[in-house]
Amino acid sequence: MADSIYVPRLARLADIRPMTELEKLFVVEFPDGSSLGHQPGQFVMLSIPGVGEAPISISSSPSRSNGQFELCIRRMGDVTGVLHRMRPGDVVGIRGPFGHGFPIEQMRGKDVLFAPGGLGLAPLRSLINQVLDERGSFGRVIILYGAKRPAELLFRDELEAWAARDDVEFHVTVDRGDETWTGNIGVITTLFPKITVDPLNTVAVTCGPPIMYRFVLMEMLSKGIPETQIYLSLERRMKCGVGKCGHCQINHLYCCREGPVFTYAQIKNVPEAL
Amino acid sequence: MRLWVLPKEQVVDMVCRLMADYRVWGPQAKGPQFAFEPLPDPTAIRLDYNISILSPKVALQPPQERIAVFHLDGGFTVEPVIDAEPTVIFGIHTCDLHALALLDKAFSADFPDAHYLERRQQTLLVSLECLQPCDEHSFCKSMGTWTADSGYDLHLMDLGDAYGVSVGTAAGEALLTQYAQARPATDTEAQQLHEARDAKRLRFPNRLNFDAAELPSLLATAYDHPIWAELGDRCLSCGACTNVCPTCYCFNVIDSPELSLKEAVRWRRWDSCQLDEFARVASGENFREARAARQRHRMFRKGKWLYERFGELGCVGCGRCIRACLTHINIVDTFNAIHASQHRR
Repeated sequence: MADSIYVPRLARLADIRPMTELEKLFVVEFPDGSSLGHQPGQFVMLSIPGVGEAPISISSSPSRSNGQFELCIRRMGDVTGVLHRMRPGDVVGIRGPFGHGFPIEQMRGKDVLFAPGGLGLAPLRSLINQVLDERGSFGRVIILYGAKRPAELLFRDELEAWAARDDVEFHVTVDRGDETWTGNIGVITTLFPKITVDPLNTVAVTCGPPIMYRFVLMEMLSKGIPETQIYLSLERRMKCGVGKCGHCQINHLYCCREGPVFTYAQIKNVPEAL
Repeated sequence: MRLWVLPKEQVVDMVCRLMADYRVWGPQAKGPQFAFEPLPDPTAIRLDYNISILSPKVALQPPQERIAVFHLDGGFTVEPVIDAEPTVIFGIHTCDLHALALLDKAFSADFPDAHYLERRQQTLLVSLECLQPCDEHSFCKSMGTWTADSGYDLHLMDLGDAYGVSVGTAAGEALLTQYAQARPATDTEAQQLHEARDAKRLRFPNRLNFDAAELPSLLATAYDHPIWAELGDRCLSCGACTNVCPTCYCFNVIDSPELSLKEAVRWRRWDSCQLDEFARVASGENFREARAARQRHRMFRKGKWLYERFGELGCVGCGRCIRACLTHINIVDTFNAIHASQHRR
C-alpha cells in the first residue's frame, strides 16, 4: 500500500519550557533519534490525535539540532490548547518539514537585519541562531525586536546573550512598559532610526503580526534595502502543508509550498499577501 | 479497430456483469434530478440523464473520507486508510471527464496524494457524449469540454438503437471484450458517428462572448473590477457553488475521537473557499474576510490560477455553480461582463 502524505510520524516531547503566559517552548525528538532535517524558516504540521493538526514554524536552528528540534507555541486554538496541557514524554505527531525557508546561502557575506515582532521571533530564531553559529560568514548582524509588553518577550536568556555580544547589534522595544522596564518604549519601527545600514549589502528578515509588516517594510525600503533582499515569513491557515487543501492560498501562491518565506519582491503585487 | 457498437439493450447486461467485479457508479434518478452513486442494481442506470447534482468526482474524492486511524494507548500508533477498490464510473459526461483530468493533475503534482491516486488507479472511466446541451446554463462548448478525444477508457455515443463506442485505453478495450457483447463498427456506422458528432456542433451555443483561452489574461486585468463587490453583496457564503463544482478539490482535515477514546479518526472533508473561516488563522485574522474577495478567489481559481499551475482552466462549463446559486451568481455572466467592460474602453 502506498504511503500517505497525511500520516504523521510519532514524536516525543523531550522537554517543555514555559516562556510567557501564553507561550511555551516544546523540545521534540523522534524515537529513532533521527533529525528533522529542516532549513530555517520551514514549518511542521503538528498533530494531536483526536484533536487535530496545526502548522507550526520551527524555532531551532539546524546547526543545533542534536537530534531534537524546538517549537515555540502560543496557546491559541484547539490543538495548541491541548498541547499546552501535555507533559514531557507525551507523544505528538509530526509531518514535514514543509515549505521554502530562508535562502541562507544567498545571505552569506552580507549584513543581516532581523526585525521580528512578537511571536514572529519563533521562526526567525531558527535563522538567527544559524547565522550566529556561522558568525564568520556573515557581515553585521542587527536584531530589532518588538513585543507588546515586557512579559511577552520570548527567549529572554537568548535576548540577553545577543545583547551582550559585541558582534550583534541588538535593540528591543515594547509597546507598553511596566514598572521594571527601563528600555525602549514604542512600536518596532521606533528602533529603525537607531541603526544605519549599507543597503545593497544588507539582507532584511521580518516576521510578525499582519499589521506590523506594512510599517516595518516601509522602514526597510526607506533605508534603501532592495525588495529582492527583504524576506518575510507569512502565516496562513493550513490543513495539508503540501499544496492541495487550498486554505493557505494567497492569490496564485500557496503559502505552504512557495512560502512561507517570500521576498518582498515576490509578494508586493499580490494584494492578499499583506 | 478502435470503434465498436454496443446495442442499447446490452448496456444493462454489461453493467450487470461489471457489478460482479467492480463497484459501478452511474447516473441515477434522484427525485426530479440525477445523482452519480454506486448502482444498487444495473437497471438503475439512467444514461438519458441531463446533468448530475454532484459530478462523478464524488467517486474519487468523496465528500468525506477517513485518511488515518489513530490507536490511542497512552501514546498512539497511526495507520493510513486508503480506501480503494476496482471501480467503473459509467456514463460520465465530457465536461466532468475534463474535470477529472484536472483533479488527476492536482492530486499527482508535487506531493502525490495516495488516497485519491490509489482510487484513481483502480478506476475505469466510461464517458458519454452529450448530443444536446443539458440546459440553458451549460457552457461546455465555450470551455472546449463539450466533447472528448481522450481521458476515457471507453467513450459512448448515442446512435439511436445502439451506442458507438470509442476505445481510449487497453484497459477499456478489455472491459468491452470481457463484459459486453459489442461488435466492431461497420464503415457506415463509423461514418454515422462522425456525422452525429459534427451535427451536434450547431446545437451547442457559445455562451462565453470570447475565446476561453483569453480568460487568464482577461482576469489579470480584472482584479480590482467593481463586479466583485456586486457579487460580494449578493453572495450568501453558503458554499453551494464549490460543493457542486467538478474541479473544486479543496478540503478540510478534522480529527474525531471515537466514543471509546481508544481510537481517533482523521477525516478529510470537502471544504469551501466561500466559507468565512476558510482562510482564518488561530489568532482570528481572516485573510479573505470579504465575500467579494472570496467570490473573486473562486473565479480566479477557475479562470486563471489553476491554469497557471496545471495548464488547464479550472472551469469546464458544466453550469452547476450557476444552477446551485440561490442569488443567481453566474460565472458566465461575470466573465462576459468583465470582457465587455475591458473592451468598451
